Amino acid sequence: MAVRKMKLSLGPLQYLWSRQDTFDFYDLMTSLPVDIIYLGETVCSKRRNLKTGDWLDLARHLTEQGKQVVLSTLTLIEAESELKTMRRLCSQDDFLVEANDMAAVQLLSERGVPFVAGPFINIYNARSLAFLSRLGLRRWVMPVELSRASLKGIFDAPEAKTLEQSLETEIFSYGRLPLAFSARCFTARAHKLSKDNCEFVCGDYPQGLQLDSQEEQTVFTINGIQTQSGDVYNLLPEVADMKKLSVDILRLSPQREGMRDVIHHFRDAIEGRHIAALSSDAYCNGYWHDEAGIFEIKPL
Amino acid sequence: MDLVCPAGNYPSLKAAVNQGANAVYIGFKDDTNARHFAGLNFNDKKIDQALDYAKSKGVKIFIAINTYSQSQGWPRWKQAIDRAAQLEVDAVIAADIAVLDYAVSTYPELNLHLSVQGSATNYEALRFYQQRFNIRRAVLPRVLSLAQVQALAKNSPVDLEVFAFGSLCIMAEGRCHLSSYVTGESPNMCGVCSPAKAVNWEQRGDVLESRLNGVLIDRYQKDVNASYPTLCKGRFRVNGEVVHALEEPTSLNTIGLIPELSKIGIKAVKIEGRQRSPAYVQQVTQVWRQALDHYARAGDKFAAKKEWTDVLAKVSEGAQTTLGAYLRPWQ
Repeated sequence: MAVRKMKLSLGPLQYLWSRQDTFDFYDLMTSLPVDIIYLGETVCSKRRNLKTGDWLDLARHLTEQGKQVVLSTLTLIEAESELKTMRRLCSQDDFLVEANDMAAVQLLSERGVPFVAGPFINIYNARSLAFLSRLGLRRWVMPVELSRASLKGIFDAPEAKTLEQSLETEIFSYGRLPLAFSARCFTARAHKLSKDNCEFVCGDYPQGLQLDSQEEQTVFTINGIQTQSGDVYNLLPEVADMKKLSVDILRLSPQREGMRDVIHHFRDAIEGRHIAALSSDAYCNGYWHDEAGIFEIKPL
Repeated sequence: MDLVCPAGNYPSLKAAVNQGANAVYIGFKDDTNARHFAGLNFNDKKIDQALDYAKSKGVKIFIAINTYSQSQGWPRWKQAIDRAAQLEVDAVIAADIAVLDYAVSTYPELNLHLSVQGSATNYEALRFYQQRFNIRRAVLPRVLSLAQVQALAKNSPVDLEVFAFGSLCIMAEGRCHLSSYVTGESPNMCGVCSPAKAVNWEQRGDVLESRLNGVLIDRYQKDVNASYPTLCKGRFRVNGEVVHALEEPTSLNTIGLIPELSKIGIKAVKIEGRQRSPAYVQQVTQVWRQALDHYARAGDKFAAKKEWTDVLAKVSEGAQTTLGAYLRPWQ
């Protein structure tokens, strides 16, 4: 694959933040060195602090500020109303769309427009990648449970030679990993509420609600119907290696705290400048090293 | 509605056939299927025997090739499809785009079902698999309410099969990485969830602890029934309280929904449990056959009998059952 300049992306906001906090956050992003920004609600269709029109307005604003904007669709689509929102995103022509469900792949490929496959479009091998690239796939985010070795296997497979040179590979590199989606809202359950009467309690947890084992090990984070990794996934020490592997884009997933530093650290790593370690929080990176995702494999 | 039953070995298959299953689903002895457990599944000889037996009784055989191949392992998935086609099985249950694409382009006559691992929860996703791979049927993830299943059935381009009974996945199947996050192995990649080799039981005084790859899943006081340590059924500390934060150990049981599912136009109901014993398959198939036959005769007067629910409760995880996501308040 051709050598291209590695880019930084800001993944879709996974949490429910207030309207003002959301706008403030993206306002801050205009001044920071991220190249691509993914916008939209990917977790729960009940969240409406920003409506589809608001996201589109924000998309136009960020584009004017020089960012490439991609609209992300909902991951678990069950209801007609959710299909309707997804159709609206997939039928506009101003922005690229990240499909997070095969429904969006269907609509975008039927329209014959280029699209991005999010981390829950199950691309585990080069054949699937080649198949979707024939349908218009222009960029894919590797499923988070796959490793460096899986990625290498995909790039080395014979089918990889049939891929368009322009196809971009994006790796989830920082943030709490999206691990699962359910019909049930776990944040509501923790408050003894049902999903239909959730009172939007997930809004009280701007970085999710921590779920520990009975011996105080952080295991997961719950975020509405989504389950995330307990610790933040962090591939900062792997940036140089990812460059060698021809990874095109590093995805940073919005966290409430410290994104400015995170973005600068990753930018420095891409530019080959001296990189300081991130804060001393616990991180995980096992997936990249072909181990259980929860582990943190320290460099030798 | 057809009754689709699991078999992890030949005695289970015989039990399912003898008790009135319309179809039995099985897997090859490798990681190409989502129940890749030690001692389970069918080698070449056993699969011939299984097909002969099922055919002689007019029962269909479906082969699950429903995990996701990684590039290095592709020959195993390719061989599995080749073998299924040679065996002229009644259907292959698959999820991976690469597997579906290979199957439909190499063996256009092969009947393809979309596995629950394909994670299609709406009709646009189903249209994708129907148009691109000519799937004839899809198994729905256990995340939809009854009203949502009904709406989906109205617009579905293919026949639908739903889970009727067995262990309850509470996450959208095919989009759950909890197991690999803690153990390194997941249903999509390895055909296992919370794999047995990662399980550890430890007695500490009066307390029995269950662990998965070292992570404490639950603690049981003396005389309390312990459950297999699946991550989504563990007890965790959340907001200062130790609770089943995701779900309790429980099984799905929809026997009371037979009339509704039938009226919606659901083509088949599926029993989970290829990893369970022949006795389980025998009992569950028998009860469900009786219930479906009873519905065929009684129609709207159908009511689930206590003797059925008693049998099913006995073989259920945690000896309790739920309607799961079919019932809105569960969500």
